[in-house]
Amino acid sequence: MERDEESSGPMMEVCTNGGGEETSNRRPIISGEPLDIEAYATLYKGRTKIMRLLFIASHCGGNQTMQLEALRMAYDEIKKGENTQLFRDVVNRINGRLGDKYNMDSAWCESVDRRAEQKKGRLENELSSYRTNLIKESIRMGHNDFGDFYYACGLLNEAFKNYVRTRDYCTTAKHIIHMCMNAILVSIEMGQFTHVSSYVNKAEQNHETLDPIVAAKLRCASGLAHLELKKYKLAARKFLDVSPELGNSYNEVIAPQDVATYGGLCALASFDRSELKAFIPLRFFSLVAKVIDNINFRDFLELVPEVRELINDFYSSRYASCLEYLGSLRANLLLDIHLHDHVDTLYDQIRKKALIQYTLPFVSVDLSRMADAFKTSVSGLEKELEALITDNQIQARIDSHNKILYARHADQRNATFQKVLQMGNEFDRDVRSMMLRANLLKHEYHARAGRNH
Amino acid sequence: GLCSSEISKTIGGMSSTENLITSIQGLSASSGDLSALHRILKGAEETLRADSDLELSTLEELDASKHSLGYLYLLDVLTCGPMSNEKALDVVLLISRFISSCDAEQIRIASDKSTASAKRTTTVLIDAAAAADAETCGNQTNRTIISWGDDDECYCFGLVVVSLCKRFKDRVLELEDPLRGVAPLLSAVRKVQVSSKRLTALHPDCLQLCLLAKCYKAGFSILSDDILEVDQPRDFYLYCYYGGMICIGQKKFQKALELLYNVVTAPMHSVNAIALEAYKKYILVTLIHSGQFSVSLPKCASTAAQRHLKTWSLPYTEVGNCYNEGKISELQAVVVAHSSDFEKDNNLGLVKQAVSSLYKRNILRLTQKYLTLSLQDIANMVQLANAKEAEMHVLQMIQDGQIHALINQKDGMVRFLEDPEQYKTSEMIEVMDSVIQRTIGLSKNLIAMDESLSCDPLYLGKVGRERQRYDFGEDFDTVPQKFSM
Repeated sequence: MERDEESSGPMMEVCTNGGGEETSNRRPIISGEPLDIEAYATLYKGRTKIMRLLFIASHCGGNQTMQLEALRMAYDEIKKGENTQLFRDVVNRINGRLGDKYNMDSAWCESVDRRAEQKKGRLENELSSYRTNLIKESIRMGHNDFGDFYYACGLLNEAFKNYVRTRDYCTTAKHIIHMCMNAILVSIEMGQFTHVSSYVNKAEQNHETLDPIVAAKLRCASGLAHLELKKYKLAARKFLDVSPELGNSYNEVIAPQDVATYGGLCALASFDRSELKAFIPLRFFSLVAKVIDNINFRDFLELVPEVRELINDFYSSRYASCLEYLGSLRANLLLDIHLHDHVDTLYDQIRKKALIQYTLPFVSVDLSRMADAFKTSVSGLEKELEALITDNQIQARIDSHNKILYARHADQRNATFQKVLQMGNEFDRDVRSMMLRANLLKHEYHARAGRNH
Repeated sequence: GLCSSEISKTIGGMSSTENLITSIQGLSASSGDLSALHRILKGAEETLRADSDLELSTLEELDASKHSLGYLYLLDVLTCGPMSNEKALDVVLLISRFISSCDAEQIRIASDKSTASAKRTTTVLIDAAAAADAETCGNQTNRTIISWGDDDECYCFGLVVVSLCKRFKDRVLELEDPLRGVAPLLSAVRKVQVSSKRLTALHPDCLQLCLLAKCYKAGFSILSDDILEVDQPRDFYLYCYYGGMICIGQKKFQKALELLYNVVTAPMHSVNAIALEAYKKYILVTLIHSGQFSVSLPKCASTAAQRHLKTWSLPYTEVGNCYNEGKISELQAVVVAHSSDFEKDNNLGLVKQAVSSLYKRNILRLTQKYLTLSLQDIANMVQLANAKEAEMHVLQMIQDGQIHALINQKDGMVRFLEDPEQYKTSEMIEVMDSVIQRTIGLSKNLIAMDESLSCDPLYLGKVGRERQRYDFGEDFDTVPQKFSM
């Protein structure tokens, strides 16, 4: 796939404000166009690059070219490392479709395994000698090296155990943070996000102030953990707090585009209007004099202009356009390893929020106009609104005859009287039942006592 | 039930009966005389029973209202034991007259030892086919024997008149004429009751007869008392169970729910049959009245109930869960699948009422979401056959006051209205005032109960014993030291 021709289109501006040497990373990767796999892959390094490529290969549906492209790149990347298990996997999946260069290379496998054995032996010797010498720092580094070694081989459980073992030999705050970052990395790869949260907490508990980049990394990790656990609001808050100094420094886990995308979508799905406003870029509101936007996040949003546009559309009530952007982004978002399971839920929540927000300012709403705005039929819209009314998210009622939605404001006074009467009756019933039960217990007690005498 | 009495030494003398009659006639005036009379009667009990010459005609020498105490004892002796149907008729008549004319003060004096034994399985608990059943399915009254599970025998002092009335009830049932017994037992309950807050052993019997005779209004009049004190759990369970059935018959589902709730949540160590049957009906009435079902019992129910009631009533919980989903056709399928179980429990009519209440519940939900809706749409959403049926249902609900709506027949549209109650009328103020008064009264009762409990030596003893385990050195003693062990 040729990079340069692909990306030109009216919706995508290449933003070049600052950081000229990083232009390649500032191109919109997450967009409505079919994913440019090479460009996507350059955003990451290390194991996550491989895992993401494999994920794309298994989730791109029937698209053979995309699948083979992803597998090819995965193969190349794996061969640069030391993980023979992954190598075998990818060769199976390629299944000879990419020609001779991308077949099983048993020689390579054997040599890598042999080297691994040797390295393991050496590390074990070193570690046992450090142990006998009881030098804390060396033992820590020994375990750390083991952790790195197992991680490279793909034995994540062992890697995790070794990293965690360094805890007992950490002497400075830096050591602890180092251990936490490693534990977090392995936990993310293993998909165990509860560990991620606990190690983020451990790292943040440090009394010394953290290096800003490390702090940003921790927030990303925390955000990811919340995302996986479906706590979208918390995830959004964490992502929004990530300082732009992060840049590419955490691309063994996450790219800055991802921060923008995840943060933006989670915020849309879970924030209310005032919270949302807090991070919309200033220049889209000429009327607003005060600076209340989040300068940090603006930089991130520049990386994913479509996400930025759709957030703006949502805030300005241009729902049709917003939903259109969402629709076009969907295919690519489904290829993202972390977002895949959440796309549908987030989209559903965003749509619901849009519906609710649309009806909020009005006393009555013409359903056919609303159906046009949301690109759906009147009967479909009626069903959606019915569900929202049942969930008490919209206070309104539908005039099905004339196809109008009328806002329904509860009469507080009547509602209060009703509630009071109801509570009076409930109190009555509950107290009488209680007294009867107390009586029965007393009787049983007396009967027992009577028998015992 | 049979009243067993202990054998004591017999007193000889044939004219003792005549002596007794004279004593009764003479000593029935003042309370001092009455206690003397009571002692004489108790002593003479054995002789009376042995006296084979004693006949119903002897009673003619006494006046039921003036000589109630003596009359009672003689009646008691005369009527225990088997008798022919003819004699039973006479006896029934005699007892009815006695009950209506007797003096309540006198009959409350007479008490003797009776065993409230569980082994009384000869007592038939008749599930008198809830009124709904009889009306919708034309069922005949069935008798099912449910045995009382508790094995303990305990002695308690019961009123002679109570055992007399129970015997009376049995006779009436043997004669298959429950209606005869309704009025007498109603007045018996009123006379035996010391206070309208206390349950007597006669309440359940009276309700049972009302059920069998289908005199629901009469039964309902007893239920309107606020019972707060209870002696025998079994009487209470039966009272609530039968009471619930009467309320169902009167379609007063709120009260039925209260009564059945009391049985289901009553403290018990092991599940008994009455609670189980009550639970089944409770589920169905909850569906009819509040339109939803939750499998978990209220927290105040005993652990035994929470664990076991569900396992014995699976068809009902299935109906409940299916009801929550709201689909008529599925609910009907479930009902058909378990119809033999429902029939066995005589609950089929109630189940059918629950099913038809699903339509109502679904229509009610529509009023929350729609301002106007066509009858055809209603029919489609609620799974009714056509717009005509929808119209019938909506009309019925408007008449019952469950919804406020206007039907426009010209375009087949229903317009749902808000509740017009503005809470501004004097009637409403009276309602609120009465609720306030009731609440104040209940609070007073509660405080009184708390105070009496704090003085109860048994309770204090128990707290004192348990306090040892939790001795954290409190600042002040809630229980005096003398109660610690």
